[in-house]
Amino acid sequence: MGVPRFWREQPHRYRLEGTRCTNCDRVYFPPRWVCPVCRRESVGKMERHKMDGTGTVVASTVVHDPAPGFEDQVPYAVAIIELDEGCRLTTQVSDVADPHDVVPGMRVKSAFRRIQSDGASGVIYYGTKFVPLVEQGSTPS
Amino acid sequence: MATNPAEKARHHAGREVAVIGIGQTAFGERWEASFRDLVTEAGLKAIQDANIQGEDIDAVYVGSMSTALTIGQEHVAPLVIDHAGLADFHMPATRVEGSGASGSIAFRQGVLAVRSGDADIVVVGGVEKMTDSSDAETARIVGSSMDQEWESFVGATDTAIHAMMARAHMDELGTTLDMLAQVAVKNHDHGLKNPYAQFKRPITREQVHAAPMVADPLTRLHCAPLSDGASTVVLCPLEAAESFTKKPVKVAGTGQGSDTLALHARHSLTTMAAARAAAERAYAQAGWGPDSVDVAELHDAYTVNELIALEDLGFFPRGGAGPATLEGETALGGRIPINPSGGLKARGHAVGATGLAQIAEIVSQLRNEAEGRQVKDARRGVCHNTGGTGATAVVTALEVL
Amino acid sequence: MIAPPDRENGAPSPFGAPPRHEGHPPHLRPVGIVSYGFYVPRYRIRTETIAQVWGHDGPQTAANLNVRQKSVPGPDEDVATISVEATRQAIDRVGFDPRRVGAIYVGSESHPYAVKPTGTILAAAIGAGPELTAADFEFACKAGTAAMQTAMGLVRSSMVDTALVVAADTSQGAPRNALEYSASAGGAAFLIGSEDIIASLNHTVSFTTDTPDFWRREGQKYPSHGERFTGRPAFFRHVKACAERMMAAMESTPDDYQHAVFHQPNGKFPVNIAKQLGFTMDQIQTGLLAPKIGNTYSAAAPLGLAAVLDIAAPGDRVFVTGYGSGAGSDAFDITVTDAIVDYRKKKSRTVEEHLAKTVDLDYSTYAKYRGKIILGD
Repeated sequence: MGVPRFWREQPHRYRLEGTRCTNCDRVYFPPRWVCPVCRRESVGKMERHKMDGTGTVVASTVVHDPAPGFEDQVPYAVAIIELDEGCRLTTQVSDVADPHDVVPGMRVKSAFRRIQSDGASGVIYYGTKFVPLVEQGSTPS
Repeated sequence: MATNPAEKARHHAGREVAVIGIGQTAFGERWEASFRDLVTEAGLKAIQDANIQGEDIDAVYVGSMSTALTIGQEHVAPLVIDHAGLADFHMPATRVEGSGASGSIAFRQGVLAVRSGDADIVVVGGVEKMTDSSDAETARIVGSSMDQEWESFVGATDTAIHAMMARAHMDELGTTLDMLAQVAVKNHDHGLKNPYAQFKRPITREQVHAAPMVADPLTRLHCAPLSDGASTVVLCPLEAAESFTKKPVKVAGTGQGSDTLALHARHSLTTMAAARAAAERAYAQAGWGPDSVDVAELHDAYTVNELIALEDLGFFPRGGAGPATLEGETALGGRIPINPSGGLKARGHAVGATGLAQIAEIVSQLRNEAEGRQVKDARRGVCHNTGGTGATAVVTALEVL
Repeated sequence: MIAPPDRENGAPSPFGAPPRHEGHPPHLRPVGIVSYGFYVPRYRIRTETIAQVWGHDGPQTAANLNVRQKSVPGPDEDVATISVEATRQAIDRVGFDPRRVGAIYVGSESHPYAVKPTGTILAAAIGAGPELTAADFEFACKAGTAAMQTAMGLVRSSMVDTALVVAADTSQGAPRNALEYSASAGGAAFLIGSEDIIASLNHTVSFTTDTPDFWRREGQKYPSHGERFTGRPAFFRHVKACAERMMAAMESTPDDYQHAVFHQPNGKFPVNIAKQLGFTMDQIQTGLLAPKIGNTYSAAAPLGLAAVLDIAAPGDRVFVTGYGSGAGSDAFDITVTDAIVDYRKKKSRTVEEHLAKTVDLDYSTYAKYRGKIILGD
């Protein structure tokens, strides 16, 4: 992935900035600049809209055969999250004791994490993952 | 003008089109064969099968998904003409891309060219060379058909996306792991009888369950391989077909649909709206529906895809595909034999070639030439070919008169 | 006995006088902490787990260092992600408009990039700027306290409305080295401003010499250190001298402080220096986190301060002294204000709560997460 391509997405990847159609009030993340409901009525009426970052898992899996660059995290949970604003996105769910614990209905919140990098010398691509809303883990003795 | 897609599709004013020739290579790890070798082998077979000469060809379409990434070569349509020895005819040669549906889209473009009267004889080839790239490169190629920015970027793989569909299908519709596994078991059984198939070994449901996990709940044996291979068909106007072949197969209908690139943006995880739209259009053109289909080739890139397709194309009600598969209704000899070729799972998935291999299989069935796996009295068949995780779908209806 | 640093008798202190001596100068604004946040990765590795790999005596090592376990960053965490999480807590707690931040300084010895600031990543992630100044600080374990001093100056002089200071590290110790038992990860963030202050930063002094007790050369993955030389001539000399100068400047004694926080390269040094200076265990207990999370380097004293701010009462005085190898010590005299009462009504997790949920790692997973395994590619 080239640097400019990542750089221009920073508001969305870093801060969960989506868009809102001021014609119908629907919000979109990942961002859309044409509202699929209002279509031409929405042209020029889409505004940036920051998502709260809380949501619910609607579908999930545990990846054992990773995408290139994700080998160190195997096995990791991938899920489709429905944000409380109503839109859906695909994400990793991190900070779980066991990735199989990520199941539909689980409440999650956004977290700023490293997503991938261009090798050891390339740019680091940061972005948003999700973690359990209620922190998991044991209480140390 | 009709505004309903099916109405619109039915009223195409063009000529009827027939398939008059097919040719395919064996699918699999074809270490000794290059992209050029594969496409030439399948093309020459189809041309010979259709009894045409190079000078008869008015246009060529090539379906291939990712040649820049697989072999570092774009601009492959003239390359195909070149290596078939046809460069001196200077015919129009066009490559089309629609991920795993590239072959079927190329086929559809060929059909439209003949329907419109722009071309009489059209050769359509599909080809992919998947084993000249490393595993990591191949993973990137497959990931490139998903939403690169919002799925692949975060570490979701193609299998992960399909695994979520499988989980959702199980949760919403009561599908079980046994039902999913039976798709792979059945298609391996079918592949045993297809000389072009990559895998010619039977497997059991227990083996499917016990195979290494790729993305929960999909083990390796739920996943089709990524194969080398090519497949070609020759088209002409139906009215001229009998001058080339004794067994022309009519293209009764062709439908194509699209949807959001990312699964998360779709309205449902357990059905592919693109495929439903494509099927509706293809059936509308054909004037018949799922009840009169004798045999079908469905895009079983993962076992769950075959169950979803069985329901999207109307062969079974929602949630009915899994139990029917377990009962053997979709096996050869069953009520509606699905993937007699072995499907993507056993025949192999040479991405851009897959759609045309499906068509070649159904043409063989309708010609009553599918030795060892022939569906008795097959007169109507359907092919279903999807791209990415379902953002593109093509359904083709074929029949013998 | 090591001689105190050379200084001409009677020369004025370069730090100036604390405000209490001359009243608040009209051209300077008050300065203090407006909000704070913290983040410590949830993974832990126990001292005994590491000791077992190298054939060391686990219980004895843990007792010697007074470190039972240390925090370990996950494979998707680094100083930038820790900084963002700590800062978001600070900002969200008071609903602070990030566009008011005029300066961002991140102090760390483990910035993700050798060249390219962490501060810009942080700014983008919280929606601060672009009208702001940013720079990364490096001074071993005191990069964060040095950044805090700089922020104090900018705010006090009205050069910026509010400054954001983050101290964070994901420090590395070479496998088998003594450092491996303590080098850990964590971060703390402070909004430094002039209004709605929950803790006044009364005064700061430093004590700095060229003492090579610990270093990491450019391009090296792991740091090196002078073994026992890191003790008396380094940590103890600088912290003691700095703390004594602070108390001299403030005309205070240990009894004037309810809480004291010292840099904690392990759990033993801060206890030892506290005793030498005349502080009691009661005073340092709240801010002593090394036994539970190891040495979070730049974040060690700042995290201790955060733990103190979680529980301190209005009017409490806090004595904070950081230390960074190379070497220097920064001390702060802090008074908790009445505003802490309302601040605490804005519920947020405490350090104690945050450290309560952990996931233990085995050595091999820890080695993988920390990039200690040599891969074939």
